[in-house]
Amino acid sequence: MSVPRFWREIPVRYNLEASVCTVCEDVQFPPREVCPTCRRASIGKMERRDLSGRGSVLEWTRVHKAAPGYEGQVPYVVALIQTEEGPVLTGQIVDHDGRDLDGAAVRSVFRRIGEDGDAGVIHYGTKWVVA
Amino acid sequence: MSNAYVIGAAHTRFGEVWDKSYRQLMTEAGLGALKDAKIAGEDIDEVFVGTMSTGKLVGQEHVAGLLLDGAGLADVHLPATRVEAAGASGGLAFRQAVQAIRSGSADLVVVGGIEKMTDVSDADAAAIAASGIDQEWEAFFGATDASMHALLAKRHMHEHGTTREQMAEVAVKNHRHAVQNPLAQFQREITVDTVLKAPKVAEPLGMFDGAPLSDGAACVVLCSDKLVDQHAGAVKVSGSGQASDTLALHDRSDLTTWLATEHAARRAYAEAQISVADIDLAEVHDGYTINEIVAIEDLGFVKKGEGGPATAEGRTTYGGDIVVNPSGGLKARGHPAGATGIAQICELAWQLRGKAGERQVKDARIGVAQNTGGTGATAVVHVLEAI
Repeated sequence: MSVPRFWREIPVRYNLEASVCTVCEDVQFPPREVCPTCRRASIGKMERRDLSGRGSVLEWTRVHKAAPGYEGQVPYVVALIQTEEGPVLTGQIVDHDGRDLDGAAVRSVFRRIGEDGDAGVIHYGTKWVVA
Repeated sequence: MSNAYVIGAAHTRFGEVWDKSYRQLMTEAGLGALKDAKIAGEDIDEVFVGTMSTGKLVGQEHVAGLLLDGAGLADVHLPATRVEAAGASGGLAFRQAVQAIRSGSADLVVVGGIEKMTDVSDADAAAIAASGIDQEWEAFFGATDASMHALLAKRHMHEHGTTREQMAEVAVKNHRHAVQNPLAQFQREITVDTVLKAPKVAEPLGMFDGAPLSDGAACVVLCSDKLVDQHAGAVKVSGSGQASDTLALHDRSDLTTWLATEHAARRAYAEAQISVADIDLAEVHDGYTINEIVAIEDLGFVKKGEGGPATAEGRTTYGGDIVVNPSGGLKARGHPAGATGIAQICELAWQLRGKAGERQVKDARIGVAQNTGGTGATAVVHVLEAI
């Protein structure tokens, strides 16, 4: 993978930068250029705003057959996180044994996500821990 | 507007077909369908092929012309187009063929579907199959195809009381159906216990909840009103619907309804002027057991939340309300991604002609096929009718 592919996502992956439609105040993550509700009326009226990183677990699963790069972490938890601003995100919950996470309050943490082989770029981004 | 009719259907055996190449599978299915339709290569006006990921799985893009070349038809110089929408690639290719006939631009169209998934390691094939989910905002964070369906399953359990046993019944039923399908990957029965005690993939789903990664090809031939009288056993395509939704599951306001299926079904049923009560059988996209439960709800066969109980009560098998996946479905017939949508059409054609052998659904008149990609970001629904 090329460096720019990850470099251009840094504000979104590191700081949870979201978009806000200033017409209807809807928040979207990842940021959008056009509001799905206001559509044409939102063009030129979208702003960027960081999410707080606070949310709760909407649903979760323990993964036993890993995604590429996650083999050393099984079993690990993948969850749908309901952020307090509205958007739902898919993310990994770490530092937890993956039991009884229904509705748990979580917060975002900055972590190493993976790398492109031994000599490639190291990817960082957001994971989640129980708050 | 001309109607479209299926006049030929064939697919290879699905499974770990190590002795045949991508090209050989394509040719076998193609020649089989042409023979079944009793047509020659020169009769064809246009060709479509549905395939998900040949570039990653066999290192070859630009494959539509190969379908023709393999059958010795390169020098007929026909238009050939590849169609891709992850697991829905085959169904979408079929819809393109239907539209080519209906538009009047073609009278005879051949449509294939293929995937060769065992020339790479299991882990690589699983990762490639997962490219139908959102790579930037799901897979990047450790999500797998199975994990997204596991979240769907757990949500369905929480919201509708669906049980693990009910999900297991989907796999048990489809394996039982496949026993009578000589082209199926798994022609053997399993028990609820087998499913529940299998190693976990993403909780609550285990090894026996998911369809296998398979090799296989399927092909059907379609014709217009102008040619249909020349073909005995033609089956009418009376409805075709397609719809899409967000690529990422987390962007859906309702996590347990696949609105793309609902919309595609509504359009297909309206075109065919049928109601659910008219449907005798259905081939649905059971990529995981939970998918069949969600599919029969979204197709309107049962109310939302009743998919699990209906399956456990035998309402979706022989002797029930609608026979769902008489072929064995993705779970037991096998799931060569791009071939699946076309294999579903093959099964409906055979059933509606009354030529499905030991697995024949009695008095089958109307059949439905539902083919989806990823976690339901694309859905295509077709209604086929005996004439």
